[in-house]
Amino acid sequence: MPSIRKPLIPLAPLPVNELGLTLRDYEGGMSTLCAGCGHDSITAAITRAFFELSLPPEKIAKLSGIGCSSKTPTYFVSGAHGFNSVHGRMPPIVTGANAANRSSIYIGISGDGDSLSIGAGHFVHAVRRNVNMVYVIENNGVYGLTKGQFSATADVGSSAKKGAANETPPIDPVILALSLGATFVARSFSGDKGQLIPIIKAAVEHKGFALIDVISPCIQFNNHEGSTKSYHYVREHEIKEIDQVYIPPSGEITAVLPEDGIVKVKMFDGSTLAFRTLPPHYDPRDREGAMHYVNQARLRREIPTGLLFIDEDAPDVHELNSTTDTPLVDLPYESLCPGSGALARFMEGFK
Amino acid sequence: MTLSDNLETELNHTSRYVATSGVNDFAIRFANVNGTGSASANNLLLKSIFRMGIPVSGKNLFPSNIQGLPTWYELRVNGKGHTARASEFDLVVAMNGQTYREDVASLKSGGYLLYDSSWPLPKELMREDVNILGVPLSNLCTEPFPGSKERVLLRNIAYAGAVSALLDLDHSIVSEMLDEKYKKNEILRSSNQIALTIGYNYAKENFECPLPIRVAPLGVNANKILIDGNTTAALGCVYAGATVAGWYPITPATSIAENFLKLCERYRTFEVTRPDGTVEVKRNFAVLQAEDEIAALGMVVGAAWAGARSFTSTSGPGISLMNEIIGLAYYTEIPAVIINVQRTGPSTGMPTRVQQADLMTCAYASHGDTKHILLFPADPNECFSFAAKAFDLAEHFQTPVMMLSDLDIGMNDWVVDKLEWDDNYVWDRGRVLNSEQLAELPNFLRYSDPDDDYVTSRTLPGKDSKGAYFTRGSGHDRFGGYTESPEAYQDVVDRLTKKLQRAASYVPEPIIKSKPGSNLGVITIGSCEAAVLEALEILDEGGVSLDYMRLRGFPFDQSVRKFIDDHENCIVVEQNRDAQLRSLLILDLGVDPNLLRSVLSYGGFPLSTKSVVEGIEDLIKD
Ligand SMILES: Cc1ncc(C[n+]2csc(CCOP(=O)(O)OP(=O)(O)O)c2C)c(N)n1
Ligand code: SF4
Ligand SMILES: [Mg+2]
Repeated sequence: MPSIRKPLIPLAPLPVNELGLTLRDYEGGMSTLCAGCGHDSITAAITRAFFELSLPPEKIAKLSGIGCSSKTPTYFVSGAHGFNSVHGRMPPIVTGANAANRSSIYIGISGDGDSLSIGAGHFVHAVRRNVNMVYVIENNGVYGLTKGQFSATADVGSSAKKGAANETPPIDPVILALSLGATFVARSFSGDKGQLIPIIKAAVEHKGFALIDVISPCIQFNNHEGSTKSYHYVREHEIKEIDQVYIPPSGEITAVLPEDGIVKVKMFDGSTLAFRTLPPHYDPRDREGAMHYVNQARLRREIPTGLLFIDEDAPDVHELNSTTDTPLVDLPYESLCPGSGALARFMEGFK
Repeated sequence: MTLSDNLETELNHTSRYVATSGVNDFAIRFANVNGTGSASANNLLLKSIFRMGIPVSGKNLFPSNIQGLPTWYELRVNGKGHTARASEFDLVVAMNGQTYREDVASLKSGGYLLYDSSWPLPKELMREDVNILGVPLSNLCTEPFPGSKERVLLRNIAYAGAVSALLDLDHSIVSEMLDEKYKKNEILRSSNQIALTIGYNYAKENFECPLPIRVAPLGVNANKILIDGNTTAALGCVYAGATVAGWYPITPATSIAENFLKLCERYRTFEVTRPDGTVEVKRNFAVLQAEDEIAALGMVVGAAWAGARSFTSTSGPGISLMNEIIGLAYYTEIPAVIINVQRTGPSTGMPTRVQQADLMTCAYASHGDTKHILLFPADPNECFSFAAKAFDLAEHFQTPVMMLSDLDIGMNDWVVDKLEWDDNYVWDRGRVLNSEQLAELPNFLRYSDPDDDYVTSRTLPGKDSKGAYFTRGSGHDRFGGYTESPEAYQDVVDRLTKKLQRAASYVPEPIIKSKPGSNLGVITIGSCEAAVLEALEILDEGGVSLDYMRLRGFPFDQSVRKFIDDHENCIVVEQNRDAQLRSLLILDLGVDPNLLRSVLSYGGFPLSTKSVVEGIEDLIKD
């Protein structure tokens, strides 16, 4: 069932961002996902976050694998290049694109099947390489596009629409990423834009691989009683222990922050991420602590959401490679070809 | 007195048999154990002969193993330039007990057998019709080289010394090469020199040097180099301006990416001073060692989508893994250069042995209707120029291009013309619209083909939002939009058919050598060339004259069709079981299958002249 077509003429003048663009400029084609699909809410949050960040559309590159989730890059920023690739292989494609042109802002959209089954091998290596990108897993615990099979994030005991319960242990992308040395790890819920939007903004500003695991219910195949990825279940079990507010480099603070327990993280571009930590002493820079905390919560069947870990200083893929600051695609041929003289000299070694 | 004693005493004096070959015309087989350092001794001989200006080839037949298994090195010297693999040998240096029996059997009657006579002649090495040269290599090396590991290595240099005396190699050239090689390590330099001299002197004192098989300086290598095809392929990528390489290690392709990295470190780095005063070496390239070949090609496609020249190098198993993304690149029309250094399959097959058995799988790689541009280099010189050409073709036609080299070309040293580069070369980036060009258009439509070029204009991400489009492997129409409409889909894939047809006249044209009046043709490909050309010469001397065509690219051009039409029938010589090149000719050109017969070799060793001569003779006698 397609979503309702948006009215073409806005009723009132829309607010503009620093680039003079409206929210409309960050929208894409009409969604063809099921009405009520969590993925559409994530698209809306991305649209809003990019608008608020005033990202130049041509600087955005949006890539995905295959799945309902991977269809969504068509639904935001139509002025950006998009690439709906093959199932599970988006991470290497972004890695290559990023190697070639480091000046773009890369966002990869994936599903739980895409990232944690067929593409698990690529996901883990993109984390390890610290590829500079926003990586969104639209996590619904099922394969939406192939009609409801369990995915690798289905919890033990969660039942399928037709009744059978999953018995194989799930992969938790947050714990997996933390164990691999990920430098930005967040979890959120598609139904909570208030939390998701600032997380997306912070992820964009993060230098390196920024994982956002977004629980995103599949209305069609995984929203029934007995599922642990339904709207109802997530609302019941989510603990928003970690709230954050994104403060743009120039902008004013738009939220009232409690005076106590605020951790401020300076982002790569000079912006600040401030977040309140509950429980006391939660340190988002303590990898071991974060892993322990998320694990314990999982055992209690709680879903902690928020920015769970950040390491602002880790070198990204380009620092690790010592890539030149100029995007490789902009290097003139003359700077790449050593010329006939060098070849003639090199040939001497084979005489 | 045993037979072996008998042989030994006789042999250290005079040769009883005259070898069948002679000056600048002979073949040697070195039988070694892998991991014992024999490669440097064998290379030393190869390079010395090359420096004496004589055509020579060295084929390394090695196991998929790091230490302990049999390995052979075959050296062929031929003044006329025929350096295909020999199948019988004039001299065998038997250093491996495991393979004595087959090594001695590979010796021509009247040939020479060199073995380590520190121990009695093993009975497996006895053969009445050959000359046995015992050199007590181990004994000779005991005193100067007390360390056992060192001794194993230097025993090889000692046999190289003996062989160089027997073949009349220019001693100063051999010795200079050791000086060059070890110029940074005086200890190694002097021990190698000592070992060389020990072997050399022993042979001089105990045998009638030189043997009838020997070298005489020729001076035909002035403009030649001795080089392997993986080094030259990597150079081709550097010279073409490739900036991104994605790869996963696999024999026999590994050294392409490794060489590319080394070359880039040499030619594409520069220093910058950081604010804190320290110096950082920056790179105008990115070499990404991927988690597998799927990722390797994914990286290449991502980089090419973003506008970089990018490539991957692999072998058969990697191609199998890349199949899905090859189809993606074909259908989304993204350039990709894939170098396939073919080895023996299927599966892991014989990973250190050669074949040309990926022709079909590459020509039509991936699911669905696909077809790809292929380039078939025959030697390291063509690996250089074709690798560079692959980028022009890939970007011009916006499609994957595969260069099919093989283990023989890629990993063995060949004597070829010096590589040259034309500084006036301009890279062909194909139809990529910049902002000014976009500004002149009412709107940008990725797959529309207003001027019937079959290649449509693309834009690069990160540049201009007017050029933004959505790349999708799913059904798309000529505007780039999603479609499941039969007409809109067919419209796009029919254009792709025409695009690939057009590419036929852009790939390197075939090499044709015709003689007046001959109505039989031989068609071949890649590393078969040396053996086939020599075979044709031998057949010609026997009164059978055949025309020759070596294919260098796919899809096949009309000149290929013409050659076939001009002959009563043709024999296709290739290195695989299923006659894949013949099938491709039939499929792509619609040739009558009855007009094409096959000579096939697929055992994993480089093609030998003898097998081609015998194969063709078998076919034409009936
Ligand atoms: C190689 C390959 N195998 C199988 C498929 C079929 N397929 C399409 S989407 C999908 C699963 C998608 O699940 P997920 O990534 O969780 O995305 P969702 O639809 O749930 O958002 C599968 C198995 C495919 N496209 N490619
Ligand atoms: S099937 Fe599920 S995941 Fe796919 S669009 Fe419908 S609700 Fe969303
Ligand atoms: Mg899913």
